[in-house]
Amino acid sequence: MARLETPEALESFRQEILSRRDPDSPCVSICAGAGCVASGADEVIAAFEKEIEAKGLSATVSTKGTGCPGFCEQGPVVVIYPEEICYLQVQAKDVPEIVAQTIKNKQVVELLCFKDPATGKRAVKESDIPFYRSQQRTVLCNNIKIDSKRIEDYLALGGYAALAKALGQMTDLEVLEEVKKSNIRGRGGAGFPAGRKWEGSRNAKEPIKYVIVNADEGDPGAFMDRALLEGNPHSILEGLILGGYAVGAHEGYFYVRQEYPLAVKNIHLAIQQAEHYGLLGENILGSGFDFKVIVHQGAGAFVCGESTALMTSLEGKAGEPRPKYVRSNVKGLWERPSVLNNVETWANIPLIIDKGADWFTSVGTDSSKGTKIFSLVGKITNTGLVEVPMGMTLREIIYDIGGGIPNNKKFKAVQTGGPSGGCIPEHLLDLQVGFDELTKAGSMMGSGGMIVMDEDTCMVDVARYFIAFLTDESCGKCVPCREGLRQMHRILTNITKGKGKQGDIELLEELAETAVEASLCALGKSAPNPFLSTLKYFREEYEAHINDKKCPALACKELINFYIDPDRCTGCGTCRKQCPADAINGDKNLIHIIDQDKCTRCGTCFEVCPPKFSSVVKLSGDPVPDPVPEEERTIRKKIKEKG
Amino acid sequence: MEIESAPAGAMPGIKLSSNANELLRSVDQIIEKHHGEASNLLQIMLDIQSENNWLSKQALARVSEKLSVPMTRIQHIATFYKAFSLVPKGRHKVHICVGTACHVRGATRILDTVEEATGIKPGETDLDLKFSLETVNCLGCCALGPVMEVDGKVHGKMSPVKASKALKTYE
Ligand SMILES: Cc1cc2nc3c(=O)[nH]c(=O)nc-3n(C[C@H](O)[C@H](O)[C@H](O)COP(=O)(O)O)c2cc1C
Ligand code: SF4
Ligand code: SF4
Ligand code: FES
Repeated sequence: MARLETPEALESFRQEILSRRDPDSPCVSICAGAGCVASGADEVIAAFEKEIEAKGLSATVSTKGTGCPGFCEQGPVVVIYPEEICYLQVQAKDVPEIVAQTIKNKQVVELLCFKDPATGKRAVKESDIPFYRSQQRTVLCNNIKIDSKRIEDYLALGGYAALAKALGQMTDLEVLEEVKKSNIRGRGGAGFPAGRKWEGSRNAKEPIKYVIVNADEGDPGAFMDRALLEGNPHSILEGLILGGYAVGAHEGYFYVRQEYPLAVKNIHLAIQQAEHYGLLGENILGSGFDFKVIVHQGAGAFVCGESTALMTSLEGKAGEPRPKYVRSNVKGLWERPSVLNNVETWANIPLIIDKGADWFTSVGTDSSKGTKIFSLVGKITNTGLVEVPMGMTLREIIYDIGGGIPNNKKFKAVQTGGPSGGCIPEHLLDLQVGFDELTKAGSMMGSGGMIVMDEDTCMVDVARYFIAFLTDESCGKCVPCREGLRQMHRILTNITKGKGKQGDIELLEELAETAVEASLCALGKSAPNPFLSTLKYFREEYEAHINDKKCPALACKELINFYIDPDRCTGCGTCRKQCPADAINGDKNLIHIIDQDKCTRCGTCFEVCPPKFSSVVKLSGDPVPDPVPEEERTIRKKIKEKG
Repeated sequence: MEIESAPAGAMPGIKLSSNANELLRSVDQIIEKHHGEASNLLQIMLDIQSENNWLSKQALARVSEKLSVPMTRIQHIATFYKAFSLVPKGRHKVHICVGTACHVRGATRILDTVEEATGIKPGETDLDLKFSLETVNCLGCCALGPVMEVDGKVHGKMSPVKASKALKTYE
């Protein structure tokens, strides 16, 4: 197939692809995203290919590795079309049975289907699984239908139709107006309206302009950008070309974090394929519009996600932020107007152009339109990526989709917005998610990380964790960020170690205020957020650490002790065998005792003591009872055994 | 900052250009691939790092000379970004994710265990050059947390016991 010279040629090529495809012919889709590959997806794909070949089905059944469908914890995920039967946690050894039962005999292998832990019922189709049922997947939905290495798959689903429409039927100004009308706010952090940012660049005097994809995804705990980059790179590329057309840029950049090698590879491939078909390069689809794209790898610095730092890094320098006297959209990369948007923002653009701004604004709240992808992780039953309409409540996301907190634990807080965000407590669970709603609650949308914490998570430790992260990642240019965060980290660490003093909270508040007021970039300005929000909602935990030397969540190592309850210990010896510090003394029929001086508080004994005994307990703030005297340590046999 | 040069031959298993010419040739090739443009400095350094496992003084000097970029700027970059190492790395690169999702699921305990098993702290390489240990802030596999990555392979749902077992399988 040669270059596509017109929008009509693209359409007829699409029809040709579709005509070659029989929607009813069987196809096995296996998620080849990073999460599933870590769980063995590559072996499963190879096993399917081998088995299908061996059974002589190669001519009728196709196999494909797709993008991430989001339910990563249950991976490898396999979906069998046309019935859309969804199997979870599939291993290579399950493959012969799936081929024999499902592909040949059209029978469902029940054991591999999702089982609802509440009802015990099996869900055969993806859409029947509660995790997917309440989601609205407009951006993520194609991941599972596409082999990201094949542009034909994207075209078959209507890919590049938005580009054809824009170049063929709309002026560049009309594209901009549509994006403005959609009211889409940036998905990467602060939620700045994309249309307004674009307009600023378009109107800037300098004729050479750039459009840039922020694919740095520095937020720990967030991986939606990764899933899109790996699973559907063309959707981002198409959005970027549309952006270039709207603002008058002829050059675009992907800034991708180096930790995502598969994403880098897939984007390179997508660019090559798009160039091959004339969807990228010179005179795109015969429109006269030229656009080229360059991929740039990051090198592992969180601050490089910040817009000015990212552009400095793109120029080949150390990625340090600069003051924003003039906005980047007017004076950015090489001092030229540059539009920087997040991966998910770009991926929404083709949908907006294709379906119209009114379609986009029909979903969401007054001030936050469309859907948002969240990465729902931490202490939650169903972990993975979820895409929901803006305005859904945290409770719906965490309980209806996420399945609540595992192991009968109590919900404590959900952390949103990454290191710049905050923790939202239980009494605010009915909050609707939206940019302004989250900010009002003392947190942020950020890029969409949602880390769920249960009663075992210490909120002081969480604050310490984020400050430690940001202290490490500060570029060090300004004093309140570099020195202030370091001091905050020192004080918080002391508190978690039981060395907190009266006045520490006030001092932390003062340092926080200074960092917010006086830092140059948003890293320093927002760094105190996790501390401020945990203090606001969980002040009693700070006080317990400082005043009573007690960690209420029983999490801070220096403030807890492990103790074996003599009435419950059966002398089974499991803890003694696994204790890495040889701190446990015991024998058969002897009550076990922990030597507190030797114990490193690793928690292994607590974890391995069989649940039916649960004899290891954690103590904090209370003295450890004296060990049982030697003569009382023998465990007397139960009467039952005698008789 | 001191940049050590590694004694040739003392590095079992490391792809170290034993003769300087070979190293320089590979550096030149990488520079050529990036059209010898100074704006590609970061990408060039990343490529050298991934080819040789670390950035040696000779390699950096060559880059400085070929791109006409001052050595101070190169050193600034090499120390600013986490991906770069100015000392040789071990045969196996162990990354422990300490991102938020992994943290709340007990990443600290995994790190403690690995430190104990390897005898090194993050940022260090052991004397046999078997393991280099680093922490990372999220590998994007949060659903499988806590996560440990060895030579690019992700090991998910780690426990201290599983982590130390996994390390034993590396030679
Ligand atoms: C320290 C810091 C790190 C950031 N990291 C990212 C990131 O990894 N990805 C991202 O899209 N935005 C990140 N941002 C936000 C960007 O600066 C910028 O606002 C965003 O990419 C703009 O795109 P959007 O309008 O589509 O959200 C970061 C901001 C700060 C202050
Ligand atoms: S606030 Fe922190 S990260 Fe931002 S410029 Fe200042 S020192 Fe650097
Ligand atoms: S906490 Fe760890 S070191 Fe202490 S007794 Fe239990 S297993 Fe041993
Ligand atoms: S936080 Fe560990 S993989 Fe994301």
